[in-house]
Amino acid sequence: MAPKKNAAAAASIASPTPQTTNSTTTIPSSSTPIKIPSKPSSQNQSPQQVAFGIWQNYLDKTPQRTKLIDVFMSFLVVVGVLQFVYCILAGNYPFNAFLSGFSATVGQFVLTASLRIQTNAENKAEFSSVSPERAFADYVFGSLILHFFCVNFIN
Amino acid sequence: MGLVNGDMFFSSELANPAKDYIDQITSSRTKPFPRLQLHEPFFQGSTGKNSRGVLRIVILCLIAGAAIASRLFSVIRFESIIHEFDPWFNFRATKYLVSNGFYDFWDWFDDRTWHPLGRVTGGTLYPGLMVTSGVIYHALRALTIPVDIRNICVLLAPGFSGLTAFATYLFTNEMSTSPSAGLLAAIFMGIAPGYISRSVAGSYDNEAIAIFLLVFTFYLWIKAVKLGSAFWGALCALFYGYMVSAWGGYVFITNLIPLHVFVLVCMGRFSPRVYVSYCTWYALGTLASMQIPFVGFLPIRSSEHMSALGVFGLLQLVGFVEFVRSGVPSKQFATLLRGFVLVVFAISFGGLVLLTVSGVIAPWTGRFYSLWDTGYAKIHIPIIASVSEHQPTAWPAYFFDLNLLIWLFPAGVYLCFLKLADEQVFVVVYAILASYFSGVMVRLMLTLTPIVCVAAALALSNILDTYLTFKSPEEPTAITVPEGSSNGATKKAAKQEELRSMRQPLIGIYSGFSKISVVTAMTTYLLIFVLHCTWVTSNAYSSPSVVLASRMPDGSQHIIDDYREAYQWLRQNTKEDAKIMSWWDYGYQIGGMADRPTLVDNNTWNNTHIATVGKAMSSREEVSYPIMRQHEVDYVLVVFGGLLGYSGDDINKFLWMVRIAEGIWPDEVKERDFFTERGEYRVDGGATQTMKDSLMYKMSYYNYNSLFPPGQAQDRVRGVKMPEVGPVLNTVEEAFTSENWIIRIYKVKDLDNVGRDHASAASFERGNKKKKTTKKRGPKVLRVE
Repeated sequence: MAPKKNAAAAASIASPTPQTTNSTTTIPSSSTPIKIPSKPSSQNQSPQQVAFGIWQNYLDKTPQRTKLIDVFMSFLVVVGVLQFVYCILAGNYPFNAFLSGFSATVGQFVLTASLRIQTNAENKAEFSSVSPERAFADYVFGSLILHFFCVNFIN
Repeated sequence: MGLVNGDMFFSSELANPAKDYIDQITSSRTKPFPRLQLHEPFFQGSTGKNSRGVLRIVILCLIAGAAIASRLFSVIRFESIIHEFDPWFNFRATKYLVSNGFYDFWDWFDDRTWHPLGRVTGGTLYPGLMVTSGVIYHALRALTIPVDIRNICVLLAPGFSGLTAFATYLFTNEMSTSPSAGLLAAIFMGIAPGYISRSVAGSYDNEAIAIFLLVFTFYLWIKAVKLGSAFWGALCALFYGYMVSAWGGYVFITNLIPLHVFVLVCMGRFSPRVYVSYCTWYALGTLASMQIPFVGFLPIRSSEHMSALGVFGLLQLVGFVEFVRSGVPSKQFATLLRGFVLVVFAISFGGLVLLTVSGVIAPWTGRFYSLWDTGYAKIHIPIIASVSEHQPTAWPAYFFDLNLLIWLFPAGVYLCFLKLADEQVFVVVYAILASYFSGVMVRLMLTLTPIVCVAAALALSNILDTYLTFKSPEEPTAITVPEGSSNGATKKAAKQEELRSMRQPLIGIYSGFSKISVVTAMTTYLLIFVLHCTWVTSNAYSSPSVVLASRMPDGSQHIIDDYREAYQWLRQNTKEDAKIMSWWDYGYQIGGMADRPTLVDNNTWNNTHIATVGKAMSSREEVSYPIMRQHEVDYVLVVFGGLLGYSGDDINKFLWMVRIAEGIWPDEVKERDFFTERGEYRVDGGATQTMKDSLMYKMSYYNYNSLFPPGQAQDRVRGVKMPEVGPVLNTVEEAFTSENWIIRIYKVKDLDNVGRDHASAASFERGNKKKKTTKKRGPKVLRVE
């Protein structure tokens, strides 16, 4: 179900964006996604431009669901970093608690990244036997196990 | 819409095998080794598929039957008992689990071992084995088949060996498309002596279930890598967790899987599949392994687990860089990113080394370190070197344990090189690593056996698939000849064409004779393999060390049962909490069979405590008596094989006691003192005074002279004549000596009633007092109190 939808969503997202960028934003930003493939060397581009190009490229090409997954992943990164900073500031006395909290975020991040990879339409060739629904079921299965272990380990 | 898509997806999947099949048929002329044709004359269409499936099931059941049956020699010959030393503890723990329940078992403080200290058993064992047999026990009871827990423990290893054969079948099927490879690997694994040696009935050791879990975890891992599925990765992690709960050898898995991934990344074969499977496995598997109290924080803090963590980090990095690179098609940027990966990898590797050096991450434990530095254990940790199975392996052991598999093994690994997909890389990595480790330590032959079986099965199935194909393609020359005969001018050219080298080459072996001879030879080897395995199992690996069997001159069996005789004596004739001091080898058996507290046992977690016992055994009586009093020892047990020629006795192990004690008290116990001037280790009249004065010597040879006519005492193990006068014991008295003098138990005397030291008291008892009483007063000592 999802691949077509994804593709459709991607198309629907991808089609309006060039129009909007062309119409509203300035010229260099709109031309960067086109420029990079045309010019193999990036000598005349500043790193900022390259990064911005990547960002724009990402915004343009990524389907809505994948963006949602990415938001969740960045949330997990923020939570993990917060826990780690707190551990450094306040010490790691209940070490199992820190470990289970931290590894819950790491594990969930990794599982979500796996889901993102598996549902990505570009990777269809790699995962011939994993449909997006199957990938989501695997994700739920993995997350359940992860949370069981974390809850068990935090005491 | 999605449904249609899915249908198309699946239908294309279904269509693929058929298409392959047609491809195979059409291309069979050009293909040198058509595989699928093997069964074609006999089985065709869907019935062929079904009957092949039935055959497969029947064969697998027979293999499981063979695997179980070949492990029952010792049960049938002797009786259904636990063998060896370690299994006695496992058995005792299982009994505790079954009678007290899981939670009591989980925090079981055992005050009947390591006497003054006790042992936190719940936190210092791998509970997988006990829990498995406990579950089987309760399941059987729920099915109203009440089986004694001892029988479950005895027969657990044969049962799991059947499962190991099945797991090997699955694992090999992932490696090869050949229909026979999996079945061959299964039967190899089922009866290979290298695995049987650790899994005969009655050997209730961790390895009994661990090898099944090892192979099955690897199967799940290969499945996960091939499919790139998080589900299989999670299953792999779950079984990895089970493996961690069962055996300390799980470290092998935590290092092998990362090594596999690392090799894949280095070969430039990083793919999203590898990322998904490895990260799922690592995230869940590490958490699962940390649930075991004995493992605890080790996966974060010890060096053995750092490779897995490092590869996890590397995969994140590589995955991220690949992701960014797909968005930026610039070539320079790509090289920049690759450089970035290398730099970050180098930096984090350096950080890891720094952390290890600074002590945040525990360095390699001695047991693992001695695998790399093979001379390390002998110098620094004599207790590791003292175990016989920690010695390097000799060449004949390979052939003895693996017969024809060992020479098919390299061929199988070579075949994996030819077809180097992700899973074949795993076989290669596993083969290299396990070969090295098995060469360093006899005991690790066990981890080599599965991969040897798999690789040998790959090689053999390749041979059989090649030579068992009855059909051969027609000679292509038959078409060209009629064309050539039509014209005289072209006839000459055709004749030239008929030169063998000019013909269309017909590659492969198609003559019936060569096929039959090769297949016959291979079949003969296989039959000899079965004979060899049965012979080895029957003669070498099926003897319970608790019962010693010997043959009478008329061929009838004579069983020497001194161990159980002595342990039974202890159990019935001593008080419930009488502490037994013996060398650590017998600790588990005393705990299991005699049910008495011991000072040291086979779990050698406290080296100093063992050294204390070693010092007590190797010192003079006056020195050892206070040590024994301090530790509240009631009985001392020594094993003496001099009468029977039983070579594994305490006099032969005595030097290890001395060495271990010398490691702690170098001033008081010196190994040099136990050798004669010429550096000989003697027990007869020429023994050194230190040797003759040591408690162990005295206890072993006490009263031994009385067995023989005067002057003819003979030690059959050392093969020497004993001196005329035997040793004299003052501080202990003989309490029990078994029928064949294998086990001698001494009771530690109480303090003297009137405060004399034991030597003078005993001398007084013997009436050694001098006849002439001298009035001379001794040197005066000031009374303090």
